[in-house]
Amino acid sequence: MGVNIKELEDTARNCRKNIVQMIHKAGAGHPGGSLSAIDLIVGLYGTEFRFDVKNPNWPDRDRFIMSKGHASPAVYSMLFELGLLDQKDIDSFRQLGSTCQGHVDMKWTDGVDFSAGSLGMGLSFGIGCALAARMDKSSRKIWVMIGDGETQEGQIWEAAMAADHHKIGNLNIIVDRNRIQNDDFMAVQMEIGDIGNKFSSFGWAVKEINGHDMNEVVSALSWASNNNTGPCAIIAHTVKGKGISFMENNPSFHGKAPDDNELAIAMEELS
Amino acid sequence: MSAPSTGGASRDGYGNALLRLADDKRVVVLEADLGKSTKSCLFRAEYPERTISVGIAEQNMMLVAAGMASSGKVPFASTFAIFTERAFEQIRNGIARPGLVVHICGSHGGIHTGTDGSSAQSIEDLGIYRTIPNLTVMHPCDDLSAEELTVQLINHENPSYTRTARNKVPRIYDQDSVKLLKIGKGSVVREGHDVAIISCGIMVNEASMAASNLAKEGINATVVDMHTIKPLDGNLINTLSNNIGCFVTAEDHSVIGGLGGAVSEYLARNCPSPLEMVGVNDRFGESGETGDLMLHIGINSESIENAVRKVLKRK
Repeated sequence: MGVNIKELEDTARNCRKNIVQMIHKAGAGHPGGSLSAIDLIVGLYGTEFRFDVKNPNWPDRDRFIMSKGHASPAVYSMLFELGLLDQKDIDSFRQLGSTCQGHVDMKWTDGVDFSAGSLGMGLSFGIGCALAARMDKSSRKIWVMIGDGETQEGQIWEAAMAADHHKIGNLNIIVDRNRIQNDDFMAVQMEIGDIGNKFSSFGWAVKEINGHDMNEVVSALSWASNNNTGPCAIIAHTVKGKGISFMENNPSFHGKAPDDNELAIAMEELS
Repeated sequence: MSAPSTGGASRDGYGNALLRLADDKRVVVLEADLGKSTKSCLFRAEYPERTISVGIAEQNMMLVAAGMASSGKVPFASTFAIFTERAFEQIRNGIARPGLVVHICGSHGGIHTGTDGSSAQSIEDLGIYRTIPNLTVMHPCDDLSAEELTVQLINHENPSYTRTARNKVPRIYDQDSVKLLKIGKGSVVREGHDVAIISCGIMVNEASMAASNLAKEGINATVVDMHTIKPLDGNLINTLSNNIGCFVTAEDHSVIGGLGGAVSEYLARNCPSPLEMVGVNDRFGESGETGDLMLHIGINSESIENAVRKVLKRK
């Protein structure tokens, strides 16, 4: 299908650098969940996601609903690669008046389709977008990304039930299964168990992948894009903080900025 | 204003309005298993393809509506007033914060809903929604005004919350007078120079009855149907403060944060005047027939009359 995996991997590496740099500069942010999600986001924008960089508000574009809105640096780094944000934008992340708000916000950023920040809401929003597309007889698709900790919110399961009941075939969810939440490992805080099995029991088609293997990512996105009889879930097994040794699988980097020394090490590891 | 011929429940007006709006294909209706109660069932019967059932899942409903609004639809989402509150944060963060124009209707508001008891009696909805930036908050008094104000929402630029009531009350408006209503403008339904009674919802009727009784004592009251609690019609309150100089508020809602709260905040900041509040006095409701309950809680015409006599002594 002509997908250049190496190119996607290079883009993801660039994104990782910008994620770490913008969080360091802001002195705050969420590196762990941004780094676990970025391969999936790059894979999506690089293959199946239908949009127009020159017209980010094109009504018939696909929608990307980033429900785990604290991983905003991942989205901003992608929009930067696409040219929708410039250096000044990402350098001002979290600062007063910045295009790059702490959590992704559709009111502030072209190319952002949802105002996130409160977990559990994005899948419902995606259903609304998907139903509207169906009413409009549009072929646009809705891609929702949630975190695994986010599945602890009951609203996710209200939405999972509704997506099957309404047979919403133009809706796909990507679950960033990094196994760590704000305070600690999910196994300590509240283990959800087999997420794929749970979505499956709610009537969804489910595929489990390694969320850092770009071949698997691209293949799963293609599967979801072409499976339109009902909602599809990609359970992407990931590593929180992926790509930076001291952040990997480390709960303390859920929501902490690297210091100067840590930034230097991180940039070296990513080079 | 002409006397009402027959009564109407404001929830019926909401249902009728949805039918009148149906020609606009952007209009979609969302239900959480209470369509027969909120009267969105009228729209469902005619336009099932534009009616979305989410089941008993109010939080999901609010964000589904938000997603539809972001995609060019004009969603009207309804459930009981009390159950909208379950989704307060969804309304705050998912609808109002991004400015997505979703119109929420909470029916069966207030203790007026009666025998179901306190779990079903929302007495804080107007207060909590009034705190959300850019959210218009309304509470019409009868079926015709609920219908008119809901129809006007089709051109409204902000998301909104409208509380309707379960039970029929005598109409305040007729088919002609109702056309003069405008979102954000208080409606003077009776004029008098001694006291201004600012009311909303089913209490507009109680205020009118109180005014009639007070007139027999030589006390002449202005009665305002303040159907829009936010944005509050400050110009009208200013005028009433200058011309009359004392107020009673009347609402089927807690005295904390609702219409009385809104009016007192305005008066304190702009034109301090004596004010008495009639409302649910920081307590929960309970089961009871509506009339019995209103007497028990102290939100009927007699309560308003007493409040008027009290405030006149402070004038």
